[in-house]
Amino acid sequence: MGEHHGPMKGIKRWLYATNHKDIGAMYLWFSFIMFLTGGALAMIIRAELMYPGLQLVDPNFFNQMTTTHGLIMVFGAVMPGFVGLANLMVPMMIGAPDMALPRLNNWSFWILPFAFSLLIIAIIQSFLGISDAPNFGWTFYAPLSTKYGPASTDFFIFSVHMMGISSIMGAVNVIVTIFNLRAPGMTLMKMPLFVWTWLITAFLLIAVMPVLAGAVTMMLTDRHFGTSFFDAAGGGDPVLFQHVFWFFGHPEVYIMILPAFGIVSAIIPTFARKPLFGYASMVYATASIAFLSFVVWAHHMFTVGLPLAGNLFYMYMTMLIAVPTGVKVFNWVATMWKGSMTFEVPMLFAIAFVILFTIGGFSGLMLAITPVDQQYHDTYFVVAHFHYVLVSGAVFSIIAGVYYWLPKWTGRMYNIGLAKLHFWCSLIFVNLLFFPMHFVGLAGMPRRYSDYSLQFADFNWWISIGGFGFGVSQLILLWILIDICFRKKGEAVSDQVWEGAEGLEWTLPSPAPYHSFTTPPVVK
Amino acid sequence: MQSFAKRCSSIGLALATVTSTSVFAEWQLDMTPGVTEVSQQVFDMHRTMLWWCVAIGVVVFGAMFYSMIMHRKSKGHEASQFHESTSVEIAWTVLPFVILILMAIPATKVLIAMSDTDDSALTVKITGSQWKWHYEYLDWEGQGGLDLDYYSILSTPSEEIIRPVLASGLFPKNTAKDSYREDGIYPERDELYKRDVDKPLIIPTGRKVRFLITSDDVIHSWWVPDFAIKKDAIPGFINELWTLVPEGKEGIYRGQCAELCGKDHAFMPVVVEARSVEDFEKWMVDAREAQKAEALAAANSLDKTFSKEELMAEGEKHYVARCSACHQANGQGLPPTFPALAGSKVALGAVADHIDIVNNGKNAMPAFGSMLSPKEIAAIVTYERNAWGNTPSDGIDVVQPRDVAK
Repeated sequence: MGEHHGPMKGIKRWLYATNHKDIGAMYLWFSFIMFLTGGALAMIIRAELMYPGLQLVDPNFFNQMTTTHGLIMVFGAVMPGFVGLANLMVPMMIGAPDMALPRLNNWSFWILPFAFSLLIIAIIQSFLGISDAPNFGWTFYAPLSTKYGPASTDFFIFSVHMMGISSIMGAVNVIVTIFNLRAPGMTLMKMPLFVWTWLITAFLLIAVMPVLAGAVTMMLTDRHFGTSFFDAAGGGDPVLFQHVFWFFGHPEVYIMILPAFGIVSAIIPTFARKPLFGYASMVYATASIAFLSFVVWAHHMFTVGLPLAGNLFYMYMTMLIAVPTGVKVFNWVATMWKGSMTFEVPMLFAIAFVILFTIGGFSGLMLAITPVDQQYHDTYFVVAHFHYVLVSGAVFSIIAGVYYWLPKWTGRMYNIGLAKLHFWCSLIFVNLLFFPMHFVGLAGMPRRYSDYSLQFADFNWWISIGGFGFGVSQLILLWILIDICFRKKGEAVSDQVWEGAEGLEWTLPSPAPYHSFTTPPVVK
Repeated sequence: MQSFAKRCSSIGLALATVTSTSVFAEWQLDMTPGVTEVSQQVFDMHRTMLWWCVAIGVVVFGAMFYSMIMHRKSKGHEASQFHESTSVEIAWTVLPFVILILMAIPATKVLIAMSDTDDSALTVKITGSQWKWHYEYLDWEGQGGLDLDYYSILSTPSEEIIRPVLASGLFPKNTAKDSYREDGIYPERDELYKRDVDKPLIIPTGRKVRFLITSDDVIHSWWVPDFAIKKDAIPGFINELWTLVPEGKEGIYRGQCAELCGKDHAFMPVVVEARSVEDFEKWMVDAREAQKAEALAAANSLDKTFSKEELMAEGEKHYVARCSACHQANGQGLPPTFPALAGSKVALGAVADHIDIVNNGKNAMPAFGSMLSPKEIAAIVTYERNAWGNTPSDGIDVVQPRDVAK
């Protein structure tokens, strides 16, 4: 390797990183650290809710925990996790040497630690009793956040702006890379599904992150410059906030799941030793979900008093999402059908993904029915729903992706026994954690409660046990990653790694070279 | 952990009795069917949806597990290489679509019925306010001008909601953990822990009741599961909803605030008492009389001079009910959001400023002038200026109702 073709030495390699694998690795580590941080906050929440009554934290601090937990998990863990996988895998999958805009890539990563420092400083200050952290939920509804937010709300606003900038730059990079750097012969309809899902996700990001930026900018001017966007007393409208927020927020939840569909669509065919069933319909289904995501935002607002016509329209549109999502699930099942299946760790996580995500989808379908949703709304039933799709959905898919491609990145196989232990612990505890939430929700426990009445006590105890178990289980993953990445343990693997794996990334050596494809492969 | 075994055995018991939710309220698994026609329809729809989901789940997961068990490499199953089938794909696009239409039809009907607030006998305006509900009776059978309103606040004593000590371990002494017994009973907590209010909303049975919902400060959400009604209370907007509790279903129905509304979001219960029309009308007459008498007493109190002891005793009572949730019973507050009153600039400074802040509120603090009588505010201010070793710097430690009304 010549001087220009290897990584820089020491800290400079990471600070000045322009290499897609270095940046991807940093994204993934950042995501994992945020996952553990957000998880630690969730442990505080579950410790408080283990018994009725207030015993650990005061309600104001509890609200800071739920707020920061949500923000960190959405923007710090799940999104950067997917971006990390995109950085690592998209160039390898389309036969490119790197991302198209490597310096932009450096910026889009390095903004994130600073953005999250602002949130974490606010939480540390709160721990030390200096000032309050944001305490209005990750949805930061006005006027609770604008008129009654603590001083650190400005930290929060600045932080969200920076995350948005980072996301948009990352999305631009993905789109430019996919459109320009595909290997000769790789038409759009020959791209791996992970590339497709990320292409669509990137467009979603570019469409909605500015909307979020608009929402927080309006908050900022409401707080400091005398405007009244969200203040009815000044001619504004608190409901406007929710419309703007969810116009961002609903596509955002698909941003957090579409790449997962791509990952699972890579893993299941590999271990079923069978091509993905219905490739074309998978692409169309993904695009339809993305399109529908823009016309369903008000299903988060079925109780704000929308006109009847509005409630009906958003109910029908939301129900429609079940159709393309159903197509995807059926396709995965059909891919497994009559396969020759083996159950390596990535496959275990992928199968758990399909089943648990589908359960989350079922509760989503129930939530779509407006008259019934008005009862589910803002209860633990909703908390159960979105944790099924986000934890056993998005997070499981990221973990599955890491277990699937880690040998390609490092050239070595991780400790399979520990990885299986990690899977089974995660699977058992994630269900103990989130399944009983359906019951307490239906029985009437509202979400974001720092204390609850006695009839919810027993289930909450089990939920907390599930929560602690799931949290501790993730330390197994931490150990597996330290073991393979830093202690350099594990047996060397072949280029192919998995018997049934297909795609350009498996034609590269393991570990993949610093500049993935120096000469473009030809795709027939 | 000592209760682990107990809980494990109670699971079996609970699973055996899941249907008798009234006996094992702690193990209620499903939505309540409620007491109104609408809530029954909502419950039926919920159940229908649930069974559709279960049925689809059985088919999809069944197929998955079948292939996971039968089509595995370890059993020597060879992978076939089919990867598309237009007819199958059309079928599983069209079939869900048909199921969705079947679900949408009843949902549309119920939703239309739920938004029809016409022909109501009683109109009550509900205002959410951190962290209590304000009920105003606007109209009963076209009478209008009822002039009846009151606040409804949590009645669980604050000692029962034990306050936390973040710095002293996971389960500090004298916390809920100590009052948690192995048999699942909380001796220091009654069954209505956190779910009872001083004055419930009284409505008649057998008549359609219309609610107008708004808010003073942030967004709240007024929810009564038994009626299947939940609507956000939004400052500057008025939302409408209605219920009709059938005759013979008199009783107390409980709900809670369902939209994050700040610190005491979990301490804002909704209690509705449905009474027969005769009882309701009788109650309304009595309540209006009582309210008039109260207003008269408040007006008269402006001429009276109360002793310090009298004001302190009354002040403590109101302080505990209204102020201690934020400023704490010991006056230490929860800084920085809720400042301490013991030794505070406000409680020890000029009396006019002190009265002003209680009357008109500031930041997160509500304006109590519109909720309490001058005498009650005078008592609170007097209490705050003398409790916890406070000695006002301007020497004014007793405040009379007329000082507040000025």
